[in-house]
Amino acid sequence: MSTALPPDDFERRLIIATQAGLPLVPRPYDALAEQLGVDAALVRTRLAAMLQGGRIRRIGAVPNHYALGYTANGMSVWDVDDARIGELGEAVGRLDFVTHCYERPRALPDWPYNLFAMVHGRDRDTVLAHVEEIAALLGVACSARDVLFSSAILKKTGLRIGGDG
Amino acid sequence: MSALSSPPSRRPPPAVLDELDRRIINALQGGFPISDEPYREVAGQLGTTEADLLARLQRLLDARVLTRFGPMFQIERLGGRFVLAALAVPEERFDEVAAAVNALPEVAHNYRREHRLNMWFVLATETPDGIAAATARIEAATGLPVFAFPKLQEFFVDMRLKA
Repeated sequence: MSTALPPDDFERRLIIATQAGLPLVPRPYDALAEQLGVDAALVRTRLAAMLQGGRIRRIGAVPNHYALGYTANGMSVWDVDDARIGELGEAVGRLDFVTHCYERPRALPDWPYNLFAMVHGRDRDTVLAHVEEIAALLGVACSARDVLFSSAILKKTGLRIGGDG
Repeated sequence: MSALSSPPSRRPPPAVLDELDRRIINALQGGFPISDEPYREVAGQLGTTEADLLARLQRLLDARVLTRFGPMFQIERLGGRFVLAALAVPEERFDEVAAAVNALPEVAHNYRREHRLNMWFVLATETPDGIAAATARIEAATGLPVFAFPKLQEFFVDMRLKA
């Protein structure tokens, strides 16, 4: 799908130095450069290249949905005609309330669904109304569906590279 | 929802945010500049000072309104792998299985969901072959079959939410 290339030594050091976050100081890239013992221009050039190449999605803030009041989190799942999944997946992904949208394999007979669309809302009714909008968009191409609300976060750490051991 | 069987949920209450906090959160979910003094640049666009922006960001991170501020690496482009997986956990074993699953460093997120498949987690590994090893360890530790749902196509990913 996209070319994957493992991080080179410098990228790996950059990832480890920033995975907890960008320094909150007036010149954050200079601070990183100092920490890594390199020139600040190199840090900026390499970060810009990683951004350009899609190796960094973006530099920015990751909000906690619950703290922003998005307390309802529904994973909507759909059994969509394989012949139309590409076109319909793109259309569902374009809905502004969908934060992730993927085609995934079915696990028959337990799991007939092949399209996953995550919907966040400030309450369950809002999420369910959005799910109806997805249903309307999919129309007859969809033969079964469900929505799995999350009732507890059991762990949320994200990937850690170069781990603690 | 049984309080008895649910491990403590890590849900902070909705935060008290003023209008500038909201504008900061919304603006910083987009791109942050790669420049000498990026906070000063963004503060200027938001009509505040660099010192105020830095103080507010620190406060939002401390209060866990923001879980992180920094580069978001696309781990698959870097040779790693993310796989969504699920277990059907008998209710009376839920806590024990959650502890066993969470103990693996490869488990990046884990959610309880209302379904027969009631535990949904993301395995994240630096290399593709780490996934099979992690799956095997979970099956050995829990005695339950892991349903793996690797993505076949990504149509959209963007976690931005309006504050």
